[in-house]
Amino acid sequence: MIEVKVQKRLMTSDGERDLKVDFWLSPNQITAICGKSGVGKTTLLRLMAGLDKADKGRIKVGADTWFDESQNIQLKAQERRVGFLFQDFALFPNMTVRENLSFALQSKEDSYLIDQLLEETGLQKLQDRYPRQLSGGQQQRTALARALVQKPAVLLLDEPLSALDIETRLKLQKLLQQLQVKYEMTVLMVSHDILEIARLAHQIIKIDNFEAQVYDQVQDAFPMEVIQSQIHALEAIYQSKKTNPKPR
Amino acid sequence: MEIALSPLWLSFQLALITSILLFIIGVPIAYALSQSRSRYKFLWEAIFSLPLVLPPSVLGFYLLLAFSPNSGLGLFLKDVFQIQLVFTFSGLLIGSVIYSFPFMVQPVQAAMENLPKSYNEAAQTMGKTRWEILRFIILPNIQPALLSGLVLSFAHTIGEFGVVLMLGGNIPEVTRVASLAVFDEVESLNYSAAHFYSFILLISSFVIIALTYWLNKKAKLIRL
Repeated sequence: MIEVKVQKRLMTSDGERDLKVDFWLSPNQITAICGKSGVGKTTLLRLMAGLDKADKGRIKVGADTWFDESQNIQLKAQERRVGFLFQDFALFPNMTVRENLSFALQSKEDSYLIDQLLEETGLQKLQDRYPRQLSGGQQQRTALARALVQKPAVLLLDEPLSALDIETRLKLQKLLQQLQVKYEMTVLMVSHDILEIARLAHQIIKIDNFEAQVYDQVQDAFPMEVIQSQIHALEAIYQSKKTNPKPR
Repeated sequence: MEIALSPLWLSFQLALITSILLFIIGVPIAYALSQSRSRYKFLWEAIFSLPLVLPPSVLGFYLLLAFSPNSGLGLFLKDVFQIQLVFTFSGLLIGSVIYSFPFMVQPVQAAMENLPKSYNEAAQTMGKTRWEILRFIILPNIQPALLSGLVLSFAHTIGEFGVVLMLGGNIPEVTRVASLAVFDEVESLNYSAAHFYSFILLISSFVIIALTYWLNKKAKLIRL
């Protein structure tokens, strides 16, 4: 189990506020984090990764303590086993797809993973391309494969699919789900998309007024009319695609 | 008429060694500055940029005082290491490195700060050390800025006058670089020799700068 119980001061548009969260992550599950913008969702991921330091509390992953304010423990990002998928993907422009993956490799014994993941993400044919030669969806798959090559204890995803069009998004949701099951990963994912959360998440953390609530079901986390309005929005997109198909 | 070639050769050596030294010293400092979140960062930046605005004669004057065997530092260097920096090529080198410092550090630091922070952070989550991040991610992605830094330091050192005059003392074959030679020849009304040095400096400076712009344009095209 992963215990996250932290407090962190945030600079918001209304002045300083304390983000307070207290939750457990079950291993091998996808947990979604949602909430309005500016409530500290990304900060929470950064605290997990060791890229920012919490003010109070502790983060324990199994028997390892990653952060404990009372004992003055703060493991560096380098010492935590996290995979972080950034909003901008953070692919290194000077490396090809394959080189990006092998740079992230933690031990030589795992090198079989490179070919395996390239195949699973459908990137074998693109492996010698540079990031700038890839589409958004391809870059996203590269970033995902690169994070998985690390065999992370926790995979942190910061709105991984928000920049992509709806079809690519649905495909990648499926891929993410398959890989999560196959590699038995613990995933913590920031997402705005209720339908994405409904499809993928086993657990939902909703940050409201800088405090976290944990839910097991989408219908508990969101009012029904919000869910329905999202479904209608999606239907509208499909309708408009049907009536105005993309010229090819 | 015999025109000595040693000033040109000295200028070239001085500029080349200065640029190499600056690359070795300046890149880590630029990296440290680009990563720094210290509240005193502005002070460091001000100190490192000082040679941009300081009259070279002022810099040369203070270095002359500092390195003179009558000063504490000069005496120490002379007694302990048998090094004399005033009126020597080594002294010129140190002066040039200080004088051209911002020309290496500023473009490199700016380019480092322009890289998305997520590169650095992604590499950290992969367990990479600062050195590995610098070597494999940051430097390969700021090549145009490294080239600019090298070329600007080189060209700026060639164009140095006040510092070398103060610190070097204009000694033929030792510290009389091309820019000083021009001044000397004009003073002794030997205009044809002055022309010779000036023209070579003019053309070589232009070629170096033009080459940099051309290489940077090519690098940008490749990246897009």
